[in-house]
Amino acid sequence: MKQAKMNRTTRSNLITYLMVIAFFVIFQILIATGNVSSLLKGQLVPICAYVVMAISLNLVVGVSGELSLGHAGFMSAGAFSGIVAAGYLQTMMESETLVLLIAMIIGGIVAAAAGVIVGVPILRLSGDYLAIVTLAFGQIIKSIVENLYVGYDANGLQFSMVKNTLELGEGGKMLITGPMGANGMATISTFTMGFVLIMVCLFVIFNLVNSKSGRAIMALRDNKIAAQSVGISSSKYKLLAFVVSAAMAGMAGVLFALNFTTVVASKFDFNTSILILVFVVLGGLGNMRGSIIAAALLTVLPELLRSFADYRMLVYAIFLILMMLATNNPKLKGFLQSISAKIKGAVGKGGEANG
Amino acid sequence: MKKILSVCLILMLSIGLLAGCGGDETTNNNEGQAGGTENNAAAIKIGGTGPLTGGAAIYGLAAKQGAEIAVEEINALGGLQFELKYEDDANDAEKAANAYNVVKDWGMQISLGSVTSTPGTATASKNYEDRIFALTPSASSTSVTEGKDNVFQMCFTDPGQGAKSAQYIYEQNLGEKIAIIYKNDEVYSSGIYETFIAEAEKLGLNVVSTTTFTTDSQTDFSVQLGEAKNAGADLVFLPMYYEPASLILTQADSMGYAPKFFGVDGMDGILTLKGFDASLAEGVILLTSFSADAQDDMTVNFVTKYQDKYGETPNQFAAGAYDSIYALYNACTNAGVTADMTAEQINDLMIEQFTTMSFDGLTGTQITWSSDGTVSKDPKGMVIQDGVYVGM
Repeated sequence: MKQAKMNRTTRSNLITYLMVIAFFVIFQILIATGNVSSLLKGQLVPICAYVVMAISLNLVVGVSGELSLGHAGFMSAGAFSGIVAAGYLQTMMESETLVLLIAMIIGGIVAAAAGVIVGVPILRLSGDYLAIVTLAFGQIIKSIVENLYVGYDANGLQFSMVKNTLELGEGGKMLITGPMGANGMATISTFTMGFVLIMVCLFVIFNLVNSKSGRAIMALRDNKIAAQSVGISSSKYKLLAFVVSAAMAGMAGVLFALNFTTVVASKFDFNTSILILVFVVLGGLGNMRGSIIAAALLTVLPELLRSFADYRMLVYAIFLILMMLATNNPKLKGFLQSISAKIKGAVGKGGEANG
Repeated sequence: MKKILSVCLILMLSIGLLAGCGGDETTNNNEGQAGGTENNAAAIKIGGTGPLTGGAAIYGLAAKQGAEIAVEEINALGGLQFELKYEDDANDAEKAANAYNVVKDWGMQISLGSVTSTPGTATASKNYEDRIFALTPSASSTSVTEGKDNVFQMCFTDPGQGAKSAQYIYEQNLGEKIAIIYKNDEVYSSGIYETFIAEAEKLGLNVVSTTTFTTDSQTDFSVQLGEAKNAGADLVFLPMYYEPASLILTQADSMGYAPKFFGVDGMDGILTLKGFDASLAEGVILLTSFSADAQDDMTVNFVTKYQDKYGETPNQFAAGAYDSIYALYNACTNAGVTADMTAEQINDLMIEQFTTMSFDGLTGTQITWSSDGTVSKDPKGMVIQDGVYVGM
């Protein structure tokens, strides 16, 4: 029995990996043969970033069972520390991939640190209270970045949260100018790096979920009292999931930010947090493959609906509602299952006939 | 199950219907393809992005409509034909990059850049990478043109506006004590503020109060106005778009504070804002390059056409876009650009034209461009009297 169950999860994880790889390979081929519109090509990196955001939030909301409404805050923390790191490193290094990699790691560490600072006190809360505090956290990060001025010159990096301008020496450059965000970054994010990031995050999440720690996290989600009675430390395991998720969001933030020449703090606001939560909820709580598909589809959808002109967002909302109904309606599920059973039956019969 | 299926079908049908209606009413307005271009193959494709929805929609729509009128006029002349397509960027850098790619896929040969500054910065770097020439009607931040040889502006740069405003206040002796309220999370507003304050110091203007707000706090200005009032300011400088400005005017009125208000080109549009009592804007001074009540033939012709077609008075965003199209038209004619040239070929010819030519339009005469993409023209001071702009 146990063996069968293990196999099922392994197979399911394998399908998810293969799906991402297939997506990557197909697009690489399409790009190489010049069959991709510049619109879709331009969206590939944001899609990767949103996919990582969705699976990392799914770790908190789906696996750990805590409602977090401030996930974009971690993205922001990672994005802006990554911008500073990349801006500074580019004066010393040639290789863009290496700069991006280091920037991502730094972004991840900063976001993880933010995750620890926030997580230690708030994971003692649960339900609505946790949602409210994470919501506030998103706003705090936004306010901090809006008052942060970072630049570099010959003397190294300079920070200020008091003055509007920094006294930079000869050849100095501003990296973050408070509420106006970061300007004039080199766009070094690539689809390949986005793909690698998704694979790494999936690997970490699947292994975490299938480990002893993962089972402890899920036990805490399902019944906190029962789990604690057998000696599982609630704060330790919840913090683990929360910090891992924050670090991934930070790396996604770096990937996202370095894909544009300009990024402002207000981009990572409450609406972005909710958008990512929508990906997770529509994709299915705890279902990583669903999150990936939902994130990719819902990022592309508003652009595909451009032909509706003024009614674009209205149609988008209707799509969301239909998706919600479709994934949660038992009758529709039964209908789809009966269709897939019929198809399977037909294929099976066909196979037999052939054989 | 049948019930659900039928509900779904009804929904789909009604979506189709809605979209159909939208198409009928607004073929010319929303699809962004101005009329008179049956022969698409021979037309030069001009693309642009702007906020057609959301908070800054009035600018995007105005620019699009102004450009459409110019394209119609040019196409009616015969000769060189233009085809125009505008896509929505909702004033967001990420969506602007997408919108830019949509028009690029459509086959854009010349770009109108973006209408507002933050998206403008994002699309300008793409223009530079793709070697597609851009002339933005109104994205005024310096970061739009900085370091890009093929991005030009039709409007003043923000720093230019700030310095010109300070000089204007000084020369016309408009105020003894000046208060400034600006939005510090917007490139546009803080760009103007920085040069204004630098120029004001040079000229010896007395700035008594400087307060800020952000997108999140732009609903209540009692603190900022209170500080200006306590400092005894008799002129309040408002380098911002018209929406927060309208709230400032309303709240100043309700607290019985009546200084002179001085705005920049973003103030334009305040008279047509829905839900705003336009009488509160009486006496507001603004520095802008276009006035809809000017009596020259060109302005009268443009304003009449615009009013006939869209039922409203054009603002300077519309005029800027109209001028942009004509500037491109002149440059194309001079350089002998034809529709079968690639974007890159046109790009090189355009750079050459724009750095050497001089242009007369709605927003100024003898307009020239420097090689860094900034424009040189004189602003006009306008004061709002009886609901219209009057030249000072």
